[in-house]
Amino acid sequence: MTVLIEILSWATIIGGGIFLIIGSVGIIRFPDFWSRLHAASVTDSLGMLLLMLGMCLQAGLTLVTVKLVVITIFLFITGPTATHAVANAALVSGFLPKGKTLPIEEKKTAGKILRRKLKSSSKVKR
Amino acid sequence: MRHHLILRVVTKLLAAPIMLFALYVQFHGDFSPGGGFQAGVIFAVAFILFGIVFGLDKVQQVFPTWIVHRLMALGALIYGGTGVVTMLLGKAYLDYSALAHHPEHGQHYGIFAVELGVGVTVSAVMISVYYAFAGRPPRISDEEW
Repeated sequence: MTVLIEILSWATIIGGGIFLIIGSVGIIRFPDFWSRLHAASVTDSLGMLLLMLGMCLQAGLTLVTVKLVVITIFLFITGPTATHAVANAALVSGFLPKGKTLPIEEKKTAGKILRRKLKSSSKVKR
Repeated sequence: MRHHLILRVVTKLLAAPIMLFALYVQFHGDFSPGGGFQAGVIFAVAFILFGIVFGLDKVQQVFPTWIVHRLMALGALIYGGTGVVTMLLGKAYLDYSALAHHPEHGQHYGIFAVELGVGVTVSAVMISVYYAFAGRPPRISDEEW
């Protein structure tokens, strides 16, 4: 039983580490901001989950496991939220994916138009 | 700031647990890493996060500036007052063993009180630094860029 738990926990910990390494390689190798953000956020969630699961199995039924579960819930909420905030800020400031270009005139005003749209919609809601 | 739906929901969800974690760090500081300074910063972070997402006037409705300024002084008063109490009980300034019959218990209570004072002051200072920065009039208005 202990051997099984050891094998399972080390498998999940190593798996989580591999996911995080793949995400890091993606952050370096991917061509533009949006795909890099994708690599960072998605692999981060899964890798974190697997690492925490492995650590819970190592700790057994103790107070440490409860703390690890609380940390996991916290990270599971805040990680995607931070990614959303970064992506939203990039979109509002007129960032475009690589290969997709607007005419120079539109490029200058893209962020402005979007901001104006958001502002007017917020006024309507109020 | 009406359009930041996800940020508003997550902030409402997380503000209370952050404060709870600050209290845990505050009162668990003698058994695990932590203490007054860290707890004060974490407690202030809950209010700063709220202020960033919902706006300065909303957070100042919850926690007005005059209370923050009073709390800054109150924390230092708790710290110094503990020392004065130990002096009145016949020991040196901040010699906690005067606070109870058993010196170990006295030191426990003394560190508890001093850390509470540190935590109150640090959180009030952090919040007031945020208020001071966020309350400045912007040099460039949003429409200009």
